[in-house]
Amino acid sequence: MRGQTVIAGVGNTRYGKHPDRDKIDLIVAAARTALADAGLSKDMVDGVFVKIANAAPSVLYGQKVSEALGLQPKIGCALDQGGAANISLITYAALAIQAGMIDIALVCYGDTARTGSRAVYHRPRGDDAVMGWYSTAAGYAMIHQAYRQRYGTPDEHFGIVAVTARRHGANNPDAHLRVPLSMGQYLQGSYVVEPLRRDDCCLVSDGGAAIILMSNKRARQLGRSRAVPIIGLGQAQESWEVHLRPDLLHTKAADSAETAFRMAGIRREDVSFAQLYDCFTVTVLQTLEDYGLAPRGTAGARALSEGIGVDGWLPLNTAGGLLSESGTPGLQLIIEAVRQMRGEARLQVSSPRFGLVSNQGGSMHTHATLILGQPQ
Amino acid sequence: MSAPQPTLSPLTQPYWEALHAGQLTFQKCEECDQAWLPAREACPNCLSIHWERVPAAGTAKVVSWVVYHTAYADHLAARIPYNVAVVELDEGPRMLTSIVGCRSDALLVDARIQLKITAEDGIPLPYFVLSEVNEEVVE
Repeated sequence: MRGQTVIAGVGNTRYGKHPDRDKIDLIVAAARTALADAGLSKDMVDGVFVKIANAAPSVLYGQKVSEALGLQPKIGCALDQGGAANISLITYAALAIQAGMIDIALVCYGDTARTGSRAVYHRPRGDDAVMGWYSTAAGYAMIHQAYRQRYGTPDEHFGIVAVTARRHGANNPDAHLRVPLSMGQYLQGSYVVEPLRRDDCCLVSDGGAAIILMSNKRARQLGRSRAVPIIGLGQAQESWEVHLRPDLLHTKAADSAETAFRMAGIRREDVSFAQLYDCFTVTVLQTLEDYGLAPRGTAGARALSEGIGVDGWLPLNTAGGLLSESGTPGLQLIIEAVRQMRGEARLQVSSPRFGLVSNQGGSMHTHATLILGQPQ
Repeated sequence: MSAPQPTLSPLTQPYWEALHAGQLTFQKCEECDQAWLPAREACPNCLSIHWERVPAAGTAKVVSWVVYHTAYADHLAARIPYNVAVVELDEGPRMLTSIVGCRSDALLVDARIQLKITAEDGIPLPYFVLSEVNEEVVE
């Protein structure tokens, strides 16, 4: 699999508010941009892979999206794996391409959780709702609390993740929230679900994103020299609800990363930047540690002392991530990683060799990892 | 949004009936001794359907907790700020609860807690309180 599939095109809408627009129309807008970026006509696409929407999910969604694109693909499907789904869909699309089942795949996502329904983020959580157990944020607050209690972590170690993301997003004209955040403002933010402050929590955004996949051989045949090879893919599922896990601070993100790094055949220190799923600040610290990029309990201290900007210890979330670019679940991180590898990012990392992307969902229930190489 | 009601089925009803009678119960596998919550037809460890419902001693420890400053449903507005905690029963199962009768900033990882079943809207909820043993340690 290593290097055999490439990302040949990327596209996204502006992120933020798209009142009165349908999420599938946002997908079509992003797909049009991605197809133009890849220099393809839409009829060349024979695989459509879409993550179910957070706002108003529905059945036969892969077919509704294909219909709007005017396509009758060989493979058309939707996946529910929470925020890990986009990298997982890339995995299944790449496998289908390598198996010769399809030629060119579109992986796409659109949502109107900002101006439409955000009920999923506030949902009562099963029978435990009788205890007042509601919302997505609370699951991460539980992990955040366990983290700060075990390691004695000062608030600034979480804050640096939010402050840096917001600095990066301020440079991104497509970003939902372009207002920078100081550490002082972060620390003064009111609690949502304590210990999560307002700026520990990602945005709720409308927007669409799309990427085009094909085999490396096909890209060469078509003369697509900017195509970015996928050299590592991994997945692992935590599955147990947050309160049923034996340890809140060791997740299967470790196994997901191990699979991807093994496929890529590179070391952790070979990574030039990472786009990590920052639905909450603690997720970034926990992912850095589960991925083996920092010893347990130390990621925040290193981020604070050495920085996580483009010149820092490890450049993170260079377009703003979920905390600033868009709260949509993760495809935007992959698009930014592609732009970095092409040398076309707005805040460009100098000559990146390998780019790392994490996707994860639930309350760190699901994990998927993507590693990109240099365009050939 | 009104206050949620627990799902009542032949499987879950004995749990709520026991709480009505003042007892927290969990399932224990007769094949592999796994103890678990919430109710399932089969043991999540070995998939055996041979298990018994056993009473918990009501003693447990705190694993983690959060404090809601946001009311995600109308009926919760009068409760905020309130905590929801992950706790581990001495018999092994973990569950979500609320630790009542104390300030949330008095909570600590591994703090000893004691079951205190509290009826809310007619539902007997398995809440906990800090055990006196913690206060002795502090003093």
